[in-house]
Amino acid sequence: MSIFEGFKFRKVSSVIHNLDPRIKFFFVTVLFVMAIMFTKLLALVVLFLVPLPFVFMARVSRQWLRSLRGAALFAIFIFAINILVGYFYPTSHEQIIPPVDTATEFLILLEYASAMTLRFVVLIASFSVFFLTTSPDLLGLALQQSHIPYEFCFAFTTAVRFVPVLADEAQTIMDAQKARGLELERGNFLKRVRNYIPILIPLIVNAIRRSLELAEAMESRAWGASEKRTNLYTLKLERADYILVLVSVLMLALAVYIWLYVSIPSVTTLLSL
Amino acid sequence: MIEVKDLHFTYSTGIEALKGINLTVDDGEFLAVMGQNGAGKTTLVKHFNGLLKPTKGVVLVDGVSTRDVSVAKMSRNVGFVFQNPDHQLFSETVEDEIAFALKNFGFEEAVIKKQVDWALNLLDITEYRKTSPFMLSGGERKRVALASILAWDPRIIILDEPTIGQDHQQKEKLQQFILQLNAQKKTVVVVTHDVEFVAECNPRVILMSQGKILAEGMAEKLLTNPKLVAQASIVPPQITQIFLELADLGLPTDIIDVHEAAKILLGRLRERQ
Repeated sequence: MSIFEGFKFRKVSSVIHNLDPRIKFFFVTVLFVMAIMFTKLLALVVLFLVPLPFVFMARVSRQWLRSLRGAALFAIFIFAINILVGYFYPTSHEQIIPPVDTATEFLILLEYASAMTLRFVVLIASFSVFFLTTSPDLLGLALQQSHIPYEFCFAFTTAVRFVPVLADEAQTIMDAQKARGLELERGNFLKRVRNYIPILIPLIVNAIRRSLELAEAMESRAWGASEKRTNLYTLKLERADYILVLVSVLMLALAVYIWLYVSIPSVTTLLSL
Repeated sequence: MIEVKDLHFTYSTGIEALKGINLTVDDGEFLAVMGQNGAGKTTLVKHFNGLLKPTKGVVLVDGVSTRDVSVAKMSRNVGFVFQNPDHQLFSETVEDEIAFALKNFGFEEAVIKKQVDWALNLLDITEYRKTSPFMLSGGERKRVALASILAWDPRIIILDEPTIGQDHQQKEKLQQFILQLNAQKKTVVVVTHDVEFVAECNPRVILMSQGKILAEGMAEKLLTNPKLVAQASIVPPQITQIFLELADLGLPTDIIDVHEAAKILLGRLRERQ
């Protein structure tokens, strides 16, 4: 469950935490778009480095690393799939410079698979920074100020807020079933999938039960009684926010420029020079 | 026999939950673990079947370190009844729920049937054998959970907050039941806040506070010590409170048993007449 830890909000006072969530989201989206734009390893390595200063400034490096560690399993999976598919069904993703030998071809495949894996890691890394440094309350506020109906904002923030609760509960349920002799890692693939039924059913039943209770508790506290809601806090853009917007736009512009006009060399080519 | 030697445990979040616990639970003993919320009670007992592994120190169950064996193996001898039955119930019928662990442990079909019948009868839930556990009341669900553990007849039984959410009559029954288990030479470990329950059973008690054992001894000695009890954030049983307040009259202050109290008061009244 360590991957959830990497997305759980940490209350720390830092420049990054105080940034407007809308701007931070814009920044993360720009990173996302850039990660999708490029398939070259070199570009993705650079993209991976971009959120690093934010992680250090926000003092969440430990939790951030945990999100990466949690994502490691998926990353290995993506890497393996890419290698396998690329090996058995080679496509013309890469322009191979002649003369071609199998070793170079394999290196190119390796590089491509690494790039695809790193793309996933970049996505996890940047969204982890966003969620680590943005409180669910601010996020809800940001949604509301973006003129999204309050019901949806509330549903969204509640969902985000309950992720760690659900993760804790999943851990307890796993413990309870292990104490009744359940071995999750036992058996063939199908059996292993079936091993998760005793965990998923209580988890889902409890989630539904909790949502019903939450709805009753909210209604008994007059949820939705007033038509027009006002907020104690309103989000206002500060200087740091404008700087981040500028940085994001510049990054995007640069990325588009490189995408259109510059051909990024592959590491394999660089090495063989 | 459970031996705990210099047990330290730190959660991955960095919270140091246990700070050097030394404890021995003999075969056939009845032990109550008490103390305020967050004192480390549940963390401690989760070491007894290996759900948690010591950060430092060692936990031996019948001479075997919990580090060396899987929870599933350990559970064959150590039954752990979780606080909330909803963290484990998942089957379509009560009968299947009770058979779950027996199947995991690889019992034969005939033995499973026999043990399920026995456990249903033991907890007086035979009439619900074909009912869905989700349709039962809270108290009944708790009994199903208890039956699902007792079904494989473990030698050591750990109960986390067994009396929570039970009406008085159920609590009384449960108490008789636990005493009966203990009388059958089972080792019983109970984590509880319920002083009245402990007072009536009079087991050996350990009082915990902030990850350490504050005091250890028989219930009638510990629960009647106002200083100790306050340190562990619990209140003495009501009958003890009366005797503590009447200490000036020369009444004994180490009374936790209602029948004993009645005898003493009656004696005094007779003397007066």
